[in-house]
Amino acid sequence: MIGATLQVSNLVAGYTPGVPIVRGLSLTVAAGEIVTVLGPNGAGKSTLVKAIAGLVSVFEGSVFLDGADFAGHKAHTLVSAGVAFVPQNENVFRRMSVQENLEIGGYLYRGRIKERLEAIYDLFPDLARLRHHPAGKLSGGQRQMVAVGRALMIAPRLLILDEPSAGLSPKLVGMVFQRVRAVRDTGVTILMVEQNAKAALLISDRGYVLAEGQERICDAADALLHNPEVGELYLGAKGGLV
Amino acid sequence: MLAQLLANGIILGATLALGAIGLTLTYNVLNFANFAHGSLLSWGAYLAFAFALAFAGSTATGFGPLSFGWPLLFALILSATLTSVLAIVVDFLVFRPLRRSNVQVALVIASFGASLMLRNLIIVIWGPEPKYYTSDIQIQQAILPGVRATPDQMFVVVLALVLVVVLHLFLTRTRLGKAMRAIADNPVLAEVSGVNVRNVIYWTWVVGGSLAAAGGVFYGLTVQILPEMGFNLLLPLFAAAILGGIGSIYGAVLGGFVIGIASDLSVAVISPGYKPAVAFIIMILVLLLRPSGILGEKK
Repeated sequence: MIGATLQVSNLVAGYTPGVPIVRGLSLTVAAGEIVTVLGPNGAGKSTLVKAIAGLVSVFEGSVFLDGADFAGHKAHTLVSAGVAFVPQNENVFRRMSVQENLEIGGYLYRGRIKERLEAIYDLFPDLARLRHHPAGKLSGGQRQMVAVGRALMIAPRLLILDEPSAGLSPKLVGMVFQRVRAVRDTGVTILMVEQNAKAALLISDRGYVLAEGQERICDAADALLHNPEVGELYLGAKGGLV
Repeated sequence: MLAQLLANGIILGATLALGAIGLTLTYNVLNFANFAHGSLLSWGAYLAFAFALAFAGSTATGFGPLSFGWPLLFALILSATLTSVLAIVVDFLVFRPLRRSNVQVALVIASFGASLMLRNLIIVIWGPEPKYYTSDIQIQQAILPGVRATPDQMFVVVLALVLVVVLHLFLTRTRLGKAMRAIADNPVLAEVSGVNVRNVIYWTWVVGGSLAAAGGVFYGLTVQILPEMGFNLLLPLFAAAILGGIGSIYGAVLGGFVIGIASDLSVAVISPGYKPAVAFIIMILVLLLRPSGILGEKK
C-alpha cells in the first residue's frame, strides 16, 4: 500500500467564525512519512489536526490529499478518502464491545470486515482476547489500542493521531510509538500531535513546532531533537532534548 | 385481585415500553428531551384509525378471538411509516435549525410547542371525542386463576415483546443498528469512523416514530383513542425512560413495565384518581436516589 501525501496550505481554522485558532499554517507530510506537530498548550495543534480531519471549520486555505482539496469537507467524507483520525479523549465507544468498536471503524469498508478484523487482531493480539469486553471497562493502554485499531480498520492512507501517548505510563508510551512505527512500515502516512516530544521525535522523520497557531520551526526530527529552542520549550533548560 | 392489577399493569406497560424506547433513543442520539414524542403516539393511533376506516369495506374478518384482522395490521404498518415521516418533518422544520444553535433548552421548549401543535391538529382533523378501532365488545377471559384479559390485550403484550426482541436484534446485529448505538455513545467518533450522522438521525426517527405508532395503536386497542392520549402518557413515558436510565433501551423497556405495573397496583391502596401521580412520584424518587436509573451508566 502507498500512503497519501498531505499538503496543507495557509490554513485558517477555528471553532467560532472571526476567532481563528490556526492562523495561516502550511504543512506537508510526504507519503510514508511520520511527521510530529509540537508546541506549547494552546498553540493550536489539536485544532490543526481536527480541521484536517473535518471536525473543525476551515475558514481559509486548503487541505490537499494527493492533490485533491478536502478543506471544509465533512469528517465522514474524509474517511472515504482514506483519512483516519484518532481523537485524544473519548476515542472509544465505551458501551460497545471491542469488536463492535472495530466494526464501526470499518463502517465504510463493507464486505471485507472479517479480513480487516483479523489484520487488527494480528497487530494487537490483546484485543482478540478482549473482543467481547465493553471498551469503556478496559485499561488506558488497552483503550488506546482499541482507538488505534478502530482507525486502522479502513486501511487508511493517512493516519492522524492526536496525542496518542496522553495519560499512558512510560512503558506503554514506548509500546504505542513502536506500534505507530509498525503501522508506518506498512506504508501508511502518519501525522501526529504530541506533548511527549522526545519519544515522538525519535520515531518521526520530520517535525513542526507551532506557536499561537503559526509555524515556528520546521525541521528534520533529528535536528529538532538537538535544537536548543525546542529543548527550552519542553524542558525549560538550555540545550536540546538529547 | 392483585394478580389482576398486575396483569393490567403489564398491558399498560407494553404501551409505555414502546413509547419510552423512542424517547430514550432520540434523547441519546439527538441529546434532548423530546416533549413532542407523546404526540407521535397519538398520531400513530389516529393514522391507524384513519387507515382502518378506509379498509373497513374489505370483507376480512378478525383473527380468531381478536377484535381485528388484517385491515388493522396493515393500518398499523402504514401508520408507523407515516408517523416516521411526520417525526422527520418535525425534525427538519423545528429541531434541525435549533440544533445548530447548540442551546439544549431551546430544543426542549420547541418540542413542547410542537407537541401542542400536533395535538391540536388532531382535534382539527378528527374532533375531540374518543374513537375506537372496533365497536365490538370483547369479553375478558380467564387466562390464569384470578386473572382475566381480553384477547386483544394479550395480543398487545405479545406483539410488544416481539417488537422489543426485533429491536434488540436490529441494534446488535445490523450495520445501521450498530451505527445508531455508536452515535448515541460518541457522535464525534462515529463521524470520524465514516458514519453519516445526519442519515442515521433520520433512521433514528423512523425507529422511534414506528415504535411510538405501535404504542399508540396498542393504547387505542386496550383503552381508547383520544387527542390528549399522548400528552397524558408523556409523564409516565419520561418516568419509564428515567427509571430505566435515560439512553438505555433495555432500561426503557424495563422502566415501561415497572411504571405500568406500579400505576395499576397502586389502585389496591389508593384511589384510582391518584394513579397518574404514581409515575410522577417514582420519577422524583429515581432522580433523588439514583439519577442514572436502573440500567443507566454513571457519567
